[in-house]
Amino acid sequence: MLSRIAESLFWIGRYVERADGTARILDVHLERLNGAGAEEQETVTRELLTIMGVPQPEEYTLGSLLNTLAFTRSSTHSVSGALGAARENARRARETVSSSLWEALNTTWYGLGQHRRDVVGTYRFCHWVLERTAMIRGLADSTMSHDEAWLFLELGRSLERADMTARMLATRESEALGLSWVTMLRCAGAYESFLRTQRATMGEEHAGEFLLLDRLFPRSVLRALQDAEQCLVSLDPASNRVGFMDDARRIVGDMRSTLEYSTPDQLETSLPIFLHRVQLSCARASEAISAKYFSRGQELSWVGEVS
Amino acid sequence: MSDLFTGYAEALQRSPAWDEMFAPGFSLRRDYRPVERALEALSLDDVTARAESMARTFLDRGVTFDYAGEERAWPLDIVPRVIPADDWDVLEAGVAQRVRVLEAFLDDVYSTMSVVRDGVVPRSLITTSAHFHRAVHGFRPAGGVRVHVSGIDVVRDASGTFRVLEDNVRVPSGVSYVIENRRAMSKGLPEAIGSVNVRPVEEYPRRLLAALRRTAPTDIEDPVVVVLTPGVYNSAYFEHTLLAGMMGVELVEGRDLVTRANKVYMRTTDGERRVDVIYKRIDDDFLDPLHFRSDSMLGVPGIVNAARAGNVTIANAVGNGVADDKLVYTYMPDLTRYYLGEDPIVPNVDTFRLEEPAAREEVMDRLDELVVKPVDGSGGKGLVIGPDASPAELEELRRKLLESPRGWIAQPVLQLSTVPTLAGGRFGPRHVDLRPFAVNDGEDVWVLPGGLTRVALQEGSLIVNSSQGGGSKDTWVMARTGAAARPADDAGPEPQVHVVGDDWPEEQAPSPLEEIGLMPEQQQQARQCADADPAPGGAGREEESC
Repeated sequence: MLSRIAESLFWIGRYVERADGTARILDVHLERLNGAGAEEQETVTRELLTIMGVPQPEEYTLGSLLNTLAFTRSSTHSVSGALGAARENARRARETVSSSLWEALNTTWYGLGQHRRDVVGTYRFCHWVLERTAMIRGLADSTMSHDEAWLFLELGRSLERADMTARMLATRESEALGLSWVTMLRCAGAYESFLRTQRATMGEEHAGEFLLLDRLFPRSVLRALQDAEQCLVSLDPASNRVGFMDDARRIVGDMRSTLEYSTPDQLETSLPIFLHRVQLSCARASEAISAKYFSRGQELSWVGEVS
Repeated sequence: MSDLFTGYAEALQRSPAWDEMFAPGFSLRRDYRPVERALEALSLDDVTARAESMARTFLDRGVTFDYAGEERAWPLDIVPRVIPADDWDVLEAGVAQRVRVLEAFLDDVYSTMSVVRDGVVPRSLITTSAHFHRAVHGFRPAGGVRVHVSGIDVVRDASGTFRVLEDNVRVPSGVSYVIENRRAMSKGLPEAIGSVNVRPVEEYPRRLLAALRRTAPTDIEDPVVVVLTPGVYNSAYFEHTLLAGMMGVELVEGRDLVTRANKVYMRTTDGERRVDVIYKRIDDDFLDPLHFRSDSMLGVPGIVNAARAGNVTIANAVGNGVADDKLVYTYMPDLTRYYLGEDPIVPNVDTFRLEEPAAREEVMDRLDELVVKPVDGSGGKGLVIGPDASPAELEELRRKLLESPRGWIAQPVLQLSTVPTLAGGRFGPRHVDLRPFAVNDGEDVWVLPGGLTRVALQEGSLIVNSSQGGGSKDTWVMARTGAAARPADDAGPEPQVHVVGDDWPEEQAPSPLEEIGLMPEQQQQARQCADADPAPGGAGREEESC
């Protein structure tokens, strides 16, 4: 398929997952923020925006937090901006994505402006976004052939998911945000899974391990990295004999095995470092994928006649 | 008769135009019966709700057009435009004939110019055309076809005669809306569409792909076809995606293509892949910075040379603009006789050539009652309707005409035919035109049954272009079978109107041939056109430009 289209699909996958993850994180922090004093609101906003890696606003208020993470259209770090960018990419790849997927993205985009921008409105907005992104994922899964196009979509989704779950965990690690593990698990939609897996015999301190390492929970970092790796293998099966010529695969695989073969103690003591490394690996893998699949060779530049 | 038609009869009496639904005396034309019965059962609320639902669906699906820089839902009116089978036979034959003439003319222009040698047209007609490209002179495109796709705009004058208003053989657009309008109408007016035998339009993309593959360079077994778009900012981008999607081919932008050694490749995730046929939706001027505008960011350097070398087919061919120049239009009847030895099946609108002193003098005297058009304008741009223009505007126009007579033609103001259209809570007559689309695969010319009907939404207005706020209608060509389904008896009471047969013979019982779906060859008889007072056309070309 066309490199340009592959790139669009990869970013649709990333942006939709980013909107989903950001909405989840915002959702769990809103409850606490609503009753908090101005000073606490400022601390939490500052901390949260740092963890999400967004450009810092001029003032740290509840309003600027909601705007930066939920509503601003001008930046792809916000939910609305990410969904707008996903829709724009789908517009450019419209003959490749299924019409159901395009329509789901398009109607979501039209629905972005219909929400009140206060705490309650944002709360509803986040839940609406979770529904819409679930629908978008479901339609992509069930109305597109699982061919190369779909693999790029899936690859973008998996990388972004690993990155987002790492950020979710990082918000738990921050003292200032004061999240309980239970809230954390709810945020990732993992609470019931965790209870059923651990049969409530394990303490909540194992929640971090679960979100990082559980091989069966779809939103765990390890599972997302495995998915990404699987996509890379399917995209280039020829490189499967000796060594790894594929940079992206090497980076993702390296991170995956580091996580897989670390002892629980190591993880517990150096969790922030691991989380940081996950985010770094995702960024580097993304660059490697761009270089391999999306590069346009030498862009021809055209010089008009010199008079 | 539904309340929605309150006041329609009076409106008809005010207008000298031919109404497609009602014959004089407000009697319903036969082929509109199912439509009238379906509308009969609806209240204003129903109609409004359906119109809103259609617009909503268009917006959701991204069936939009660009209006003043924003995406607007494609405007579709709930009353379809119906074309009886007999009328369609004439139009179909006329459009196909027109395409054959344009093909022959282009082939001649870019080779021997016998048409000039034999004195049919002056040499200057060709050499002064802005779209005559020497870069493509002296070679026949791979596959031998130049007008793969055409949109021949026709209007119906006050006497009911169809006339060609203009030819579009560069980048005619609008066919996607034909397909989408039909999809929308199956939900918008299911009562009617289910009860009549309307000829389908969905096969267009398949026909187009077959034609593009047939005209690929000769030695290719399984040609790779792409659609070349200027990108998302083009007002017809939706159409490009729909056609590429329905043909199952890649939609590429200029930057996705590269030429090397006179061959064209596209950049894929798997390296470069050879391209054999390019259905271009970009103006010639932007296609190849080597030959045309060197500042174009949309084209592919070297693509014209690749076509000259016979390694790639470009559809439509580069240089076609010389044939749909409005001054060439005035010679079409002569060209039809010259190349085919036939008379035109669908006549032209009478046109003044401002180049000719006598005609120019007459136009100057009657400027306030004529329509003046630039010869290569598009989307109704630059068109001046004399009766609607202020004295200052006419003065300005007069100056322009004297400055460059080659750049303009003038026509009497045509009374375009009308169709009932929802406006202000009821139906009123609104002027329509029609753009049938034809696909030429080198063997024969296939005409899509129907085409795009555009409608002016202001009462009395002749401007139907969507880029200027016009609307559209689904176009129903009636199939010629005796077995057309009759509306069910429970579809409401019999309409209390006298149905006229428009002087057509009653259809005979179907022969066994027809029963099993085989159509006997239709005799295509062109109706003799009365020399009615020709009237003025409004519409202008709707083609893409970047």
